[in-house]
Amino acid sequence: MRPLTWRRLLLRCAALAGVLLIVMVLALKLGAVQVSLYGLGRDLIHYALHSSAGLSSEYSLIIFDIRLPRIFLGIFVGASLAVAGTSFQALLRNPLADPYVLGVSSGAAVGAIVAVMIEPHLALTPDAAVLLTPVGAFLGALITIAGVYLLGRRDGEIDSTTLLLAGIITASFLNALIMLLLNWLSGRDHGGMAFWLMGDLSTPLQNNVHWVIRIGFFVAAGAIYTTAADLNLLLAGEKEAMHLGVDVPRVRVVVYVAASILTGLAVSVSGSIGYVGLLVPHVMRMIFGSDHRILIPAAALGGAIAVVLADMLARTVAAPSELPVGAMTALAGAPLFIYLLRRRLA
Amino acid sequence: MSSAARNMGAVTAAVRTNATLSVEQVSYAYSANPAQAPLFTLEAMSLQARSGEILAILGPNACGKSTLLKLIAGVLAPLSGKVTLDGIATHTMTPRLRAQRIAMVQQESQLLFPSRAWEFVLQGRHPYGKTLRFETDEDVQVARNALAQVGAEHLTDRWMDKISGGEKQRVILARALAQQPTLLLLDEPTLHLDIAAQVDLLDTLRKLASVNRYIVVVVTHELNLAAQYADQVALLQRGRCLRVGSPSNVYQRELLEQVFQTPLTVETGPSGRPRVHVWSGGAGGGSGAA
Repeated sequence: MRPLTWRRLLLRCAALAGVLLIVMVLALKLGAVQVSLYGLGRDLIHYALHSSAGLSSEYSLIIFDIRLPRIFLGIFVGASLAVAGTSFQALLRNPLADPYVLGVSSGAAVGAIVAVMIEPHLALTPDAAVLLTPVGAFLGALITIAGVYLLGRRDGEIDSTTLLLAGIITASFLNALIMLLLNWLSGRDHGGMAFWLMGDLSTPLQNNVHWVIRIGFFVAAGAIYTTAADLNLLLAGEKEAMHLGVDVPRVRVVVYVAASILTGLAVSVSGSIGYVGLLVPHVMRMIFGSDHRILIPAAALGGAIAVVLADMLARTVAAPSELPVGAMTALAGAPLFIYLLRRRLA
Repeated sequence: MSSAARNMGAVTAAVRTNATLSVEQVSYAYSANPAQAPLFTLEAMSLQARSGEILAILGPNACGKSTLLKLIAGVLAPLSGKVTLDGIATHTMTPRLRAQRIAMVQQESQLLFPSRAWEFVLQGRHPYGKTLRFETDEDVQVARNALAQVGAEHLTDRWMDKISGGEKQRVILARALAQQPTLLLLDEPTLHLDIAAQVDLLDTLRKLASVNRYIVVVVTHELNLAAQYADQVALLQRGRCLRVGSPSNVYQRELLEQVFQTPLTVETGPSGRPRVHVWSGGAGGGSGAA
């Protein structure tokens, strides 16, 4: 009998953070423009101490203004999607649940696009306008997960197969809607079709949106983490969890809203990157077990690692041209989905 | 809990050893659509049980056994009357308090992802933990004692999906004990067990009721096991409680034949408790004669 302790939790997270750091350095080094590892180390220290003064301007532009922000964006998006996927899997009792598979990402994309469309008609201050897209994406995500949850129920219980089909059909419908909306939007400033449908990290963040994302992520992921022990019991079903003292309706609301915030934020800055929320929790579960008190932080770090790695490959495999990062995650994630589905049916 | 009590292996909290479960004129109606007549009703009924007693709820399918159990557990609110445990109405308890007082053993406990037996039993400590609920040494001790009390120490490190039905039922029971409840509820606990495991489980329950001073309420189909082990039985038919009392009081031939719709005889067994023999060996309570 070896219950989880703070010490073990922190050690494991530190190990994952170490891996993330290595992946970050690799991602800084690799790309269409080659950088030596030694030079990179020297310059990173220099950058940390004196900001970018004294570095060659072109070099500094590539490393610190293009690659580094993109890596941070990948970390945020990966962590958000993986935590959202982990909590959907527990709450819906379905190992195949993922924001993308359930159509929640597409719902968030529709919400974000609608926000972009109505923004000119609202007289908003620039600060409020920045909030509009993430909020639209959040609402789109929340409405979609509520709809899919209701569609996926049979006789008052969630039915795994019905739920998955409901999610996949909803995603397909919403993706068609996205194409329609983008047609109307043509010529205006918005991500292209590949951005919304496949996901892409190449669009840099506007400066004033950083704080929204940071606060949103920590509040939402923190809220989900407070329910970690409850999620462990929910794996055995809502009725059993209730008999063990879990306030099931409260946990359900907290987790759905928080996971919708995470998905909405991620989609509003990177489009619908798929399968991160499916692949990462499974790998983490294989390594660390299914205790959500360790699984949630591990998934956050693992999601960050996965997306930074996938984006690095997306930038390099076909260099100098780039693939959307969502294409890389789908290449890895879709076969895993099939494998899990077959194993479950067997 | 004092360290002395812990060393003796007791699993119950030191207090609440003289609790009373009281079902007072409780009724319930279920309807899918509030505008229509209810699909199912449970007529007002009353019964009582005390610490150390086993109460068996008997009756054919769809007689309201499970509904009564849910009313007792407090997950359903009665239409009229109330269920109290030591004076507190069970359906008004917070989920946390309810889980500290009432433990429910369900028919089948299935897991989405595999876990080990000790992890499963530690879940019973959930209602006692704080925010992130990292388990304390005391939690571990309680879980160990619970596994020991049901004779499942050897299963501690086994995976839940790799042990037999009888072994799994023991671990599930151990989790209920780890909740340190006053009231232990079991919904057809013997359903998927072979005869040896059934008798084993009920022996364990008998022992737990007297040693840990639980009030035990069991919903079951097994007429003879109930007669053998229960202090009280409540006989239900189509939402009505026909009789509550000791097995020898309730086990009357005409009454059982009418409720279970099958010819049978009732005789007194060697232990002085009634035994039921079903003639046709067919439907109804037939499996109880095995």
